[in-house]
Amino acid sequence: MKSRSEINARTSANLQEGAARARLVTATSSSLAGGRLRLALVLLFFIFLLAAAISLSVGYQTLDFSLLKHDATARAILFQLRLPRVVLAAIVGASLAMVGAALQALFRNPLAEPLTLGVSGGGALGAGLAIAFGLGARVGGVPLVFLAAFAGAGVSVAVVYRLARTGAVVLPGALLLAGVVINVIAASGVVLIQYLTDYTRALQILRWTIGSLDVVGFDLVWRMLIFLVPGWIVLFVVARDLHLLAVDEETAASLGVNVRRSERLVYIASSLIVGTTVAVGGTIGFVGLIVPHAVRLLFGEDVRVVLPCSFLLGATFLMLADAVARTATGMGELPVGVITALAGGPVFLWLLRRQQRYSAM
Amino acid sequence: MTRAADEILPATTEARSLLEARALHFAYPAAKNAADVVRGASLAIGRGCLAALIGANGSGKSSLVRLLAGILKPQSGEIFFDGVPLSAIDPRGRAKRIAYVPQTINSVFPFTALEVVLTGRSPYAGRFRFETAGDEEIARDALAAVDASHLAPRPVTELSGGERQMVALARALAQQPQCLLLDEPSSALDLKHRTALLRHLRRLRDEKAITALVVTHDLGLLDPAFDTVFAMRCGEVVAHGAPADVLQDKILADVYGDEHVRARRVFNRTFVWSEL
Repeated sequence: MKSRSEINARTSANLQEGAARARLVTATSSSLAGGRLRLALVLLFFIFLLAAAISLSVGYQTLDFSLLKHDATARAILFQLRLPRVVLAAIVGASLAMVGAALQALFRNPLAEPLTLGVSGGGALGAGLAIAFGLGARVGGVPLVFLAAFAGAGVSVAVVYRLARTGAVVLPGALLLAGVVINVIAASGVVLIQYLTDYTRALQILRWTIGSLDVVGFDLVWRMLIFLVPGWIVLFVVARDLHLLAVDEETAASLGVNVRRSERLVYIASSLIVGTTVAVGGTIGFVGLIVPHAVRLLFGEDVRVVLPCSFLLGATFLMLADAVARTATGMGELPVGVITALAGGPVFLWLLRRQQRYSAM
Repeated sequence: MTRAADEILPATTEARSLLEARALHFAYPAAKNAADVVRGASLAIGRGCLAALIGANGSGKSSLVRLLAGILKPQSGEIFFDGVPLSAIDPRGRAKRIAYVPQTINSVFPFTALEVVLTGRSPYAGRFRFETAGDEEIARDALAAVDASHLAPRPVTELSGGERQMVALARALAQQPQCLLLDEPSSALDLKHRTALLRHLRRLRDEKAITALVVTHDLGLLDPAFDTVFAMRCGEVVAHGAPADVLQDKILADVYGDEHVRARRVFNRTFVWSEL
């Protein structure tokens, strides 16, 4: 009896010592999300600057930054062609990656992203219709293509969500299947439009469906930002709610998250962001899949960390992908969507295999 | 409609009832299972009371607990916390008083157990504030309170059912609530873990005066583990009282709609079974 209580006392002393040691370790290695986010942002910002410098210097002609002072052609190439294009790549990449991270948290599905959920497809169909019927038309100063792409993306999200949600559960398999089907329907719609319109418009639609970040000057970039910035802000604001939702939906509701309102905000923001990027650059796939996943591997699962980090790393990733697209062949440029799909497709398949361990599709 | 309320309220409206529901009505939006609704349910749980909620499948137990947790909103009726209507308390204020424990945590993302428990601190932080070292201390204490400190760094996706249940309970404790609501916590647990869970709840009641309402099908563990038992049938609370008083042949036959249910007191506890 005595020896047994002695053993008990000793084990509990050991346990307390162990707990104290564990606390010390975590205190030094920052297990708290706030510290991790600060560290990650500093690191990712330096990588972003490096990638920006690289993609500004490479291209049809490699740019020597020291010539800028007295070479007017070099200045024109840099400020009129290359800088707008690199900025466009950065904001499109940041947007797609952040939307991917938000959709993954909202649907509790690591395979969700604008392309796999059919959001890009719906946006493309909307934009295709707008190009076919009223090229360059504006409604109240807003390009019709933007509005149509936004509407198309919004309808896709709504349809996919309705199909996949049963009661309190979002079925992961149904979600992705619905996304695939929407993509097929939208792609067929775009092909149909191409056949029915005249030759020049069909060619324009074709060029644009392949996806390119070809841009001259900053006009288009400013116009996009009017739509993108509100979407970005909404996603940053709901980041905490998304984190709680990703952990457990019912618990999030009991903690005071207005689940329906958060969902609606994410839909609208995602449709706005994806619609705008699709209207300008076409469907660029898998950025929203690879980037948030890389961020999770590096900096953990906390959605409040994953969203801003995906924003920065997404910008970096698409700048570099576009630099590759511009230089890979040595003659013309490749569509950037081809580069991201070649890089992202295998990642998707690998994730699919990994996810089967956790949940039945 | 308020029959159940009249039956229950006079006996229990002493000042010390902590959580009280009066004539709650709830129906899911159309195209849902119409049987799973709350129809005029009333109950009152005293401060520091460990209460069980029993009833047949589809009798509205889970819906009632979700109403009490603020996950669902009642169509009529009112919930009072310490005499204050719940509708007058903001959601984060509510989460500081009442914590909900789901059946299990089934996140697909490999959050660590500590990350999950830290979400219990969100009612105490602003929208753009991250958890502080103080929050982490509270979260680790919550894990320690359910003997789950060793789980802190492990991904919840790799934990067993019993371990996840402990993490879910620790997360609720990190909210530092006065009242816990548990929805069938023992459904995925083996005998040892079921008993361990009850032991934790009793210790929390004795040491921290935490009130708890537990939805359960485990009739064998009610007496003597719980102080009070509420029994639901068809969306109403039809019986309540000490376990030995509620666990009677006649009451159970009515609650479960089954003539074969038997309850007998042996060795100072009540055994319940259903004849084949």
